[in-house]
Amino acid sequence: MPPYTDTELMITRAAQELEDGDTTLVGVGVPNIACNLAKRTHAPELEMIYESGTIGSNPSQLPLSIGDPVLASNAKSVVPMTQSFGNYLQAGRIDVGFLGGAQIDREGNINSTVIGDYDDPTVRLPGSGGACEIASNTHRTIMITPHTKRRFPEEVDFITSPGYVGGRENRKELGLRGGPEAVITDKGVLRFDESGEMYLAAIHPSSTEAEVQEATGWELTVADDVSETRTPTPEEIALIREDLDPDGIYTE
Amino acid sequence: MSKLRDMEGAIDAAVEDGQTMYLGGFTHLIPFAAGHEIIRQGYEGLTAARATPDLIYDQLIAAGCVDDVVFSWAGNPGVGSLRAFRRAVEEEVPHAIGLEEYSHFGLVTRLEAGARHLPFLPLRSYVGSDYIEHNDAIRLLENPYDGPLNEIPVVPALNPDVAIVRAQRATEDGSAQLWGILGEIVEAAFAADTVVLSVEEIVDEDVIRSDPNRTFIPDSVVDYVVEEPYGSHPSYAQGYYGRDNEAYLTWDEQSQSHDGTQEWLDEWVYGVENRREYLEKLTPERLLDLEPKTNYATPIDMGEY
Repeated sequence: MPPYTDTELMITRAAQELEDGDTTLVGVGVPNIACNLAKRTHAPELEMIYESGTIGSNPSQLPLSIGDPVLASNAKSVVPMTQSFGNYLQAGRIDVGFLGGAQIDREGNINSTVIGDYDDPTVRLPGSGGACEIASNTHRTIMITPHTKRRFPEEVDFITSPGYVGGRENRKELGLRGGPEAVITDKGVLRFDESGEMYLAAIHPSSTEAEVQEATGWELTVADDVSETRTPTPEEIALIREDLDPDGIYTE
Repeated sequence: MSKLRDMEGAIDAAVEDGQTMYLGGFTHLIPFAAGHEIIRQGYEGLTAARATPDLIYDQLIAAGCVDDVVFSWAGNPGVGSLRAFRRAVEEEVPHAIGLEEYSHFGLVTRLEAGARHLPFLPLRSYVGSDYIEHNDAIRLLENPYDGPLNEIPVVPALNPDVAIVRAQRATEDGSAQLWGILGEIVEAAFAADTVVLSVEEIVDEDVIRSDPNRTFIPDSVVDYVVEEPYGSHPSYAQGYYGRDNEAYLTWDEQSQSHDGTQEWLDEWVYGVENRREYLEKLTPERLLDLEPKTNYATPIDMGEY
C-alpha cells in the first residue's frame, strides 16, 4: 500500500474543514468518512445529521446509504423528513453541508441533475435529493469531487444546488444562507473570492498548478499565497484503513 | 373492525390502472412485497410518486407499469444509478416515461400540504436553481407580510390516489407504530385517498395503547391491512432485519440490460406466487444473516391514572 491515496488525501483535507462543535449534514461515501474521521480526531463534539432524519448519529459501522439502520440505532433523535429539512436545515440549525456533483462551475453552482439539455439529456443523473436544500440553507457548503475538465465547466448544464449565483451579493439578495466555502479535489483546494468566484487556494503535493489549470474549464485565478496541502498523518491513514473503511469500499 | 387482507387481495382492491401511487419509505420500510404484487397483477399507466424511487420503482418501470415518475432522487442508494429508470428516460425502453422533478424537501412538503388538505405550502428552496424554469408546478408567491423575503417558492399539494406504507406493527384495524427512520411515510398515509398498510406483525390493541406516542398512523386513515413479514426486503425494518445491501448490488449488475431486468422479474416476481414463496427462494440462511442483535429501548412509564 502507498503511504496514502488521492482519495485518502481528499478525506483528510475535507475533515480539516470541520470545526469541533459543528453540526454537519453528512452524505454517504467520502464525506461520511471525512466527518467520522474529524469526529475521531480534532472534532469529538461534531454532531452528524443525515437527511433521512437521524440527528446526532453515532454509526457503529460505515453505512452504505444515508438511510441505513446503524444511523438510527443510538442516534440522539430520529425525526420525519419534514422536520429534518424544515426545523433543522431550513431553520439554519446546520452549520456545514457536504456535497458532491457531476459538475461544479466557477460560482460554485452544482449540477447533479442532467448532462446536456434538460428535456433531452445525454446522461440522466439522480437529481437533487436534498442537495438543493443543503446548498441553500447551511452556513457553509463543502464540495468534494475528483478534478477533471468535464466536472469543472465554466457554467453547469443545470443548477441543481445554487452556489454564488451571480455573485456573493446576489446570493444574499436572493435570501440564500451561507454559500460555498471550499471545493476539495484530488488536485487541490479551491475557495471563493469576495465576488464569489472560485480560485485555487492550495495544491496537493502530488499535483501542480499547471495540472489544476488543465483540469479546469476556465482560466483559474491562483492565490498569491497558494500553499501546499498537508499530507495525511500515519494516524489518520490508520483510522481510515482499519476503522472507517476497512474493506476499502470508498478509498480504493 | 378488521381490515386484514392478503397482499393479493389488498392490491387488487386498492390499485387501478392510471392511478397516482406513492410507495412510502426512505431507504427504510420500503414496501417491496406490495410493489412486486403490483407487477404481478400487471397494472399499466401508473404515475409513480416517491422521493427516492429506489429499486422498487426501477422494477416497476422495467415491468412497464409506469408512465410517469414524480421524484426527487432517482438512484440506487450507495451504489449508483437506477438503470431501468435511465433506460426509460434516455432510450425510451420499455417505453418513454414523463418526469416531474423536485428536491427532497419540495416533495415531502407537497405530501405535507396534501396531508393537511392545503392547496400548497411555501418553502425556502429552488431560489437560484434551475428547477423553477423546468417545473411549472414550482411557483413564486409574493410574501403577503412584511419581512426580508419579497417572494417565496410554493409547491402544490400531492394527494396520491393510493399510498402503500409499511410499519413494524399494527392492530387488525390499522393503528400502526413505526420506529427508526420515518422518512415521509406518515405524510404519505395522511395525504392519500386510499391507504394500504403492510406490517411485520399484527399485535393486540393493548400493545399499541401501551405506547401511544409511537402510533403515527391511526386506523382512521387506513383502508387495508396486510400482515407481511419481511415485506420490505431488500430494504429493512428497524429491529427486525437489516438492509440486504448485497441485493442492491445484484440489481445493479442484473439491470445493466433490459433483458437482464426481465430475467430477474421472471425469477423473483412472476416466478413466485407471493412473498412467502419469495422468502423460501431467498433461503432462511440469508434472512438469518440480516437479523440484528437486540437493542431494547428503556421502557417509559406512562403512569396509571
